[in-house]
Amino acid sequence: MLQSTRNSLLFPVLILGTLLLFLADISLGSVTIPIKEICKSLTGGTASKDTWEYIIINYRLPKAITAVLVGMGLSISGLLMQTLFRNPLAGPYVLGLSSGSSLGVAFVILGSSILPGAVGVFMVSSYGIILASCFGSFIVLLAVLLVSQRLRDTTAILIVGLMFGSFTSAFVGVLTYFSTAEQLQKFTFWSLGNLGNLSWTSIFILFVSVLAGLIMSLISIKPLDALLLGENYAKSLGLNYNKTRLIIIFATSILAGSITAFAGPIAFVGLAVPHIAKLVFQTSNHYILFWATLLFGAMIMLFCDIVSQVPGTEVTLPINAITSIIGAPVVIWLLLRKQKTGI
Amino acid sequence: MTTPILHTEDLSIGYVGKKANNAIASNMNLSLAKGRLIALVGANGIGKSTLLRTITGIQKPLSGNVLLNGNPINSYSALDLAQQLSVVLTEKLPPSNLTVFELVALGRQPYTNWLGTLTDGDLEQVNHALALTQISDLSDKKHYEISDGQLQKVLIARALAQDTPLIILDEPTTHLDLLHKVSLFRLLKKLTQETGKCILFSTHDIDLAIELSDEMIVMTAEKTIQDLPSRLIADGIFDALFKDENIAFDVEKGKFIFKNL
Repeated sequence: MLQSTRNSLLFPVLILGTLLLFLADISLGSVTIPIKEICKSLTGGTASKDTWEYIIINYRLPKAITAVLVGMGLSISGLLMQTLFRNPLAGPYVLGLSSGSSLGVAFVILGSSILPGAVGVFMVSSYGIILASCFGSFIVLLAVLLVSQRLRDTTAILIVGLMFGSFTSAFVGVLTYFSTAEQLQKFTFWSLGNLGNLSWTSIFILFVSVLAGLIMSLISIKPLDALLLGENYAKSLGLNYNKTRLIIIFATSILAGSITAFAGPIAFVGLAVPHIAKLVFQTSNHYILFWATLLFGAMIMLFCDIVSQVPGTEVTLPINAITSIIGAPVVIWLLLRKQKTGI
Repeated sequence: MTTPILHTEDLSIGYVGKKANNAIASNMNLSLAKGRLIALVGANGIGKSTLLRTITGIQKPLSGNVLLNGNPINSYSALDLAQQLSVVLTEKLPPSNLTVFELVALGRQPYTNWLGTLTDGDLEQVNHALALTQISDLSDKKHYEISDGQLQKVLIARALAQDTPLIILDEPTTHLDLLHKVSLFRLLKKLTQETGKCILFSTHDIDLAIELSDEMIVMTAEKTIQDLPSRLIADGIFDALFKDENIAFDVEKGKFIFKNL
């Protein structure tokens, strides 16, 4: 009971932290904008300098919102996968969902010239890329699921994810051989990951997709708790396993697919954030973990974005590099920890 | 005799093969009645698990019927079945941070709303289950911090919290030492007497089962019989249990004896 009061105190802290990081993300960059001016601009007024106003509305605000959506969506998809596959190392990137999305996007960007005119134009649009990306991650997730049904060994699933990664990069290599320099540049830029440069329309599409994925995850909270006991116990508690699994797979594919389509393949956030939530809240209750993962996901992605813009300089680092630098050590640490506690 | 909670009619169990059905056991007429502690015994590989899977509706019978409250078990929805029948399995739990209390509370899932919120009534049931199994003091511990014997009690408490007239346990005494085996059997006995539930469990501890259970279901290669332990002994059923001349059942001692050691 002591723990639950601690947890209920933690949430306001996390919400406050998310808000602060959100403001900091808008404030910091090559040009520093005072927080006061940001608040003025966001609450309907205008900032005292036109350039600030312009930067906030057209550049920093959309980027911060994207960071929040990306962080939340990827982290929740990681949480769903870790419970579904009973594997603490599962996540959209590790299991190859991002690779699947990449393959879908590579087909569309690099292979659009093969497709007939109108179809080719549609596929390179935001909708086309999102569709291809979701489809790619869905196919990979289905494949991983098939393997996980055959093999009870949970590490095998991770190896399958790795194999998909190599398969994708090989296939992309073949595709690049047949594509123009312009297409290649577009794909390379996409694959480095990028939270900026999204139009408000794209952000709206991303928002709707992430919201749909999150609602499906919210419905799955009770079944996910049952799955903590394993598939057979969950079934004995009246769980419709096939339906639950399908909803979880749809939710993760939409989340990972749409986010990867817009922001590129972003590593480790989906894997590391649910663990941070589990460690801080010391629980497996998915209702608590859902909200904790949402907030931590948003916070960590905002933090990574702040780091990537290297405040005070003109430099912008690729976001994928930052999340990997922070995430990879977390994974190694988890592996070491797993030996001790089994979590 | 009152109507049993679950009974079978000419039940045949086994696996559907490509050419022919592979029957493991057939013509079983079993009956699980209120307030009875029933032990299921038989040699390894004789089909105990298959029988339990069939009775719990996971696997379809080859022929015959499994009737729960007089209705075919397959006519129940997963949720309705979860309110009639709970299980304790042999499989290991996946890694998680679940506390003992949370684990037992998961037994309330068939009754809770879409978010799994526990009402006061649910909490009462959970606490009652913890008290019956005498593990209330463990409730804040993580499930991986306790011993095998304690974990077995936690899993039984979870089944109790599910509040079903029938509980089925698959080899609950494996991995336990003699002391904990006996105390687990006593617990099961107490639960059938105090709660009026029917408890069916499979076990290899035949001596203990003979002493403590109300009825036994004995599976041999030829037939499956359900009766009182004393009558099974008198009929010499246990001698047929193991097809090995070095193991025999001593009727007077009520124990197995080993020859040529």
